[in-house]
Amino acid sequence: MVRAVTSADLAPTTYAWHIHARDLRVRAGRRTAVDGLDLRLGQGVHGLLGPNGAGKTTLIRSLATVLQPTGGELELLGRRIGGRTDLRPLRRRIGYLPQEFGYYPRFTLREFVEYMAWLKKMDARQVPDAVQRAIERVGLADRAHDRMKTLSGGMLRRAGIAQAIVNDPDVLLLDEPTVGLDPAQRLEFRTLLRDLGEQACVLVSTHLVEDVAASCTNVVLVDEGRMVFQGTPEEVAALGDARDVGDSPIERGYTALLARPRARREAGR
Amino acid sequence: MTGTTGPHAARDLITAYVTGDTTLSADTEWALEAHLENCGRCRRHVAEAVTTHTPAVNTLLDDVWAEVDATALDRPAPVRSPLLHKARRWAPPSQLPWLLMSVLVILSALGIDMLARGKTVPSLVLLLSPVVPLLGVAAAWTQRLDPMGELTVTTPRAGLRLVLRRTAVVLGAVIPVLAVAGGVVGVSPALCLLPCLAFTVGTLALGTVTGVRRAAELLGTAWVFVAIIPSLFTARLSVLLAPQSMPVWALALTVSALAITVRARAFTTLPGTELP
Repeated sequence: MVRAVTSADLAPTTYAWHIHARDLRVRAGRRTAVDGLDLRLGQGVHGLLGPNGAGKTTLIRSLATVLQPTGGELELLGRRIGGRTDLRPLRRRIGYLPQEFGYYPRFTLREFVEYMAWLKKMDARQVPDAVQRAIERVGLADRAHDRMKTLSGGMLRRAGIAQAIVNDPDVLLLDEPTVGLDPAQRLEFRTLLRDLGEQACVLVSTHLVEDVAASCTNVVLVDEGRMVFQGTPEEVAALGDARDVGDSPIERGYTALLARPRARREAGR
Repeated sequence: MTGTTGPHAARDLITAYVTGDTTLSADTEWALEAHLENCGRCRRHVAEAVTTHTPAVNTLLDDVWAEVDATALDRPAPVRSPLLHKARRWAPPSQLPWLLMSVLVILSALGIDMLARGKTVPSLVLLLSPVVPLLGVAAAWTQRLDPMGELTVTTPRAGLRLVLRRTAVVLGAVIPVLAVAGGVVGVSPALCLLPCLAFTVGTLALGTVTGVRRAAELLGTAWVFVAIIPSLFTARLSVLLAPQSMPVWALALTVSALAITVRARAFTTLPGTELP
């Protein structure tokens, strides 16, 4: 049955960007992994690219409100994240898939997603429907009654995506969602991403450049905790030329983008 | 809404809607549909109107249901025990081994006490009673001890209430065993339960600053060195566990409880694990 339109659905948004960071600094352990990052993201699918150790995971964890920023400003859905903010209303509207996520092995897939829906304080009447829909969207409906420990790596990844989207989040943060997915599942996942990007601000961290080219409307490239580039996949592809390393235009553009600031920094030393 | 009597839609409006009356304006139709979404009584009226005016719709619906039944998954969802379902809302399964361990620690202490009966050594059950629940409390809100910690902390339910729920489970498991063991050894229940409560609440209070796991380690170690080891060496029960110390424990309990309510916000994040 179609849900009645509530006043909350019709309320105008009071913010310009879903994610707005200014000079953001976040520490991971003793290291400042995100160091002076400026970021403005709205609705759509944004690919977060960068080499290992660039600060992608730290950035996503701070956006997921796991890590407190140590400096700069961070606004999520128009709410400033700081020491005194009540995070609960904001967290209801966030979906998060960590890079490595744990689960209770004896839970079935459905119980796992239901438990997450409960933790996300969803209306108990909506939970069964929402859980079923999330499981179907990631293509695991036939495994819903299987225990988590019997699922394969790719299936676990998809179970993680199901729990992230169960509350129809406005900000969806996916850290390496395509790890362990086979090529067919990756194609399906790209379709799902495009679908999710119609409604929400989706930030997908990955180092598979071709995933980004296929499904993202926007590319954010970070290196050493700073943003190097923000633009469309086509713009990335246009930046590379035949001298750059890579098998596809976007890969060449990616290596060109990473090489440039590094060369500049080394020249400055 | 036009054509309404009181809070419900009029019968003739419903009939017009069901028969597809073209004179019905779009806004009236829209308003009626919005009302039907939330009104069981009017939906029932629609069903009655369909049966009397357009039986073809009913046959069509029956056909659709028959087809849905034919293609539906043959495996119905297994019904888990509602008790298990509820229990999981109170404590995550990762906490269970720690609870079992706490109970085993009490039982071993009880065993040692029974063997040493008649000798003038302080009761081990009494000495261990304050620190036994700390195992479970640490497991309740430490990211590394909870596989789903990283996910839990990003949800709106993360906070003092969830921590208190899990702590209540720990106390629910430990206190009865402790009370019975204390009764067998012959220690007054107040003497072993009040320090136990004070240590539990104190761990949470200190945990708002250092993280619950570190708080449990700190308080546990302190207790071992301040009370357990001296008592065992001198063969005399520490003054901390004497009846005259009870007001001090009660005071510590109150102060800790107050500190928790003031610092409740700290539990919406995982301190300790995230600080440098």
